Amino acid sequence: MGEYTAQELLSIFAMQGFSGLSLFSVLLLMALGLAIIFGQMGVINMAHGEFMAVGAYTTYLISVLSEEYFPGFVEYYFIFAIALSFLVAGALGYLAELALIRHLYKRPLDTLLATWGLSLIMQQGFRSIFGAREVSPTLPDWLMGSYQPIESIDIPINGMFVLGLTTFVTLAVFYLMFKSSWGLRVRATTQNRVMSGAVGINTKKVDRLTFALGCGIAGIAGAAFTTIASTGPTTGSLYIVDTFMVVVFGGAASLYGTIASAFSIAQAQSILEFFISGSMAKVFTLLAIVIFLMLRPEGLFASKVRK
Amino acid sequence: MKSNLAISRLRKLIGVALGITLASNISIASAGVNDTGLAVTDAAVKVGILHSLTGTMAISETGAQEAEKLAIKQINDMGGILGRKIEIIQEDGASDWPTFAEKSRKLLVKDKVAAVFGCWTSASRKAALPVFEKENGLLYYPTFYEGLEQSHNVIYTGQEATQQILAGLDWVAREKGAKTFYLIGSDYIWPRTSMKIARKHIENVLGGKVVGEEYKPLGNTQFGSVINKIRLKKPDVIYAAVVGGSNVAWFKQLKAAGITGQKQTLLTLSVTEDEVLGIGGENLEGFYSVMKYFQSQDNENNKAFVKAFKDMHGDDSVIGDVTQAAYLGPWLWKAAVEKAGSFDVDKVVKASETSGIELTTAPEGYVKLHPNHHLWSKTRVAKWNKDGQATIVFTSDLIEPNPFPEGYQ
Repeated sequence: MGEYTAQELLSIFAMQGFSGLSLFSVLLLMALGLAIIFGQMGVINMAHGEFMAVGAYTTYLISVLSEEYFPGFVEYYFIFAIALSFLVAGALGYLAELALIRHLYKRPLDTLLATWGLSLIMQQGFRSIFGAREVSPTLPDWLMGSYQPIESIDIPINGMFVLGLTTFVTLAVFYLMFKSSWGLRVRATTQNRVMSGAVGINTKKVDRLTFALGCGIAGIAGAAFTTIASTGPTTGSLYIVDTFMVVVFGGAASLYGTIASAFSIAQAQSILEFFISGSMAKVFTLLAIVIFLMLRPEGLFASKVRK
Repeated sequence: MKSNLAISRLRKLIGVALGITLASNISIASAGVNDTGLAVTDAAVKVGILHSLTGTMAISETGAQEAEKLAIKQINDMGGILGRKIEIIQEDGASDWPTFAEKSRKLLVKDKVAAVFGCWTSASRKAALPVFEKENGLLYYPTFYEGLEQSHNVIYTGQEATQQILAGLDWVAREKGAKTFYLIGSDYIWPRTSMKIARKHIENVLGGKVVGEEYKPLGNTQFGSVINKIRLKKPDVIYAAVVGGSNVAWFKQLKAAGITGQKQTLLTLSVTEDEVLGIGGENLEGFYSVMKYFQSQDNENNKAFVKAFKDMHGDDSVIGDVTQAAYLGPWLWKAAVEKAGSFDVDKVVKASETSGIELTTAPEGYVKLHPNHHLWSKTRVAKWNKDGQATIVFTSDLIEPNPFPEGYQ
């Protein structure tokens, strides 16, 4: 590396650090919803990726509509689209719980199958409504440039935006879970469902809202990812594997675990990628995770409960 | 009563069987036109269309099958081939390579189609190839691909690797004075083979230098680290063969990192008008693609083709390189069948190899079939505009197809 100046190396170091952070925020945003649902109800939501796609398609729709009818709105529609993605994906999640999931709580393997079936139905739904081609919303200009603190450093603005959004969503989830009375009920239900019911908590309602919240967060993730990639009927399945990896590695029932896991996977991946090729970096990251899980099957953070 | 019923059923069956024999006798009666038992009658000839209508490749393959249907409709409107209308049997490859093999067998063995227009990825072609060779079928394959193949049973209507790659590299070296190249592609056979050819050409012919070579898994959406590596190496040209949905992430992130067409020369092998729909013209503006066909091509053939395509498939539809190559398939087949005076595969292949078939009506301009089953064609370099269309900046001479290039393997 002798041919580069110290400044150049420093700039690359800064940008590479940011690229790891931005991968971290993407992974965390994907995994948060899944972790909440799994932690609370023990339901593995195979359709999580499709709820992300719902968010992405909602954003796309808003983009097309605002271009068509309110050209003045195009600069700002994105914020609005994120909120709407949350609501749409959350409402669909609420319905899915009502119609499907709640009948299967006692049978965890069946929820796996049922949500997988749901994901296939949703994929076909996207294909019928939006077509097989991938689509991409027109992004406002302020989202697509780069921020240059000094001449040789370009920090992508969409990356900063996703990072900011992830921070906001994570803080909101923590507030909900640990400060609000609703969160208290959620935690009570997680710890002892029967007892919670006995002291007057409507555990069914808690479940339904948690599921809707998890799906809603997936929707936000979907909306955010339209800034970095495109949306197609099978987009969800692209993300689902990484999402599971983060949740399982983090220790399935712990929000702190999910954060720590997303951070370590993202940093490992992006540092390795800089020195070896992308495919090999992925192989090494996966290998490290497999070895870690063999030694410690409960993941990074395990909740200490006497079984 | 029961036995009576059985007997009457048997009679019906015999009747049907006789009918079938008679019908097939009629088709055999049209002697010379079909000696090998294909699905040809005096009024009609059956062909297959085999593309992915579902799954991840549906995005790319939709355009190809739409173009094939358009060509067949136009041929039928002109009176068909040897006085017979073309009937289409369409099958779905479902983005799954074994399914392509299975459906090929169904089309050739059960439906006895005279030709198949289909396949898109190299993987699907490689899966279907043994079936076509064993059953002696005829496949028209539309995609630009890595070369290193020549089958008795396939006509390749897209460009093979050297036709696409060498002309583009020569252009960028000449026009942009490019000396250093960064190669990046998706991780499978086509980008890897293409990059291998490109590297040989850059190092041995152009006297340039490859400063980085990188492959990302299919479907990858994170390009941050690669983009940083590219910054560090400061190549004159980024030479890209990223495919599918990854493409969108790649170009969006390049733009977000401040690497745009104004500052950096980028030449891609894998972006057609189809992909631009997803990527967005604003993210591609100023970058270059090298292809044999662009929708914006200004000639009478192409204007008529674009109009007919939009009339049939909607005003919003766009036409990419492979779509145009797929459109050539039925026309090349028609020309060969008419030269051969027969639908029999061996005769059609022989006519394709020996009778100098050419299409003066091709939207891309003039093409000629080479005895090695590939097309003589021109390669074009075009610069992308914000509206998702490209402006052609360079057109090569007619290039001879050379699927087994010496010194490049």
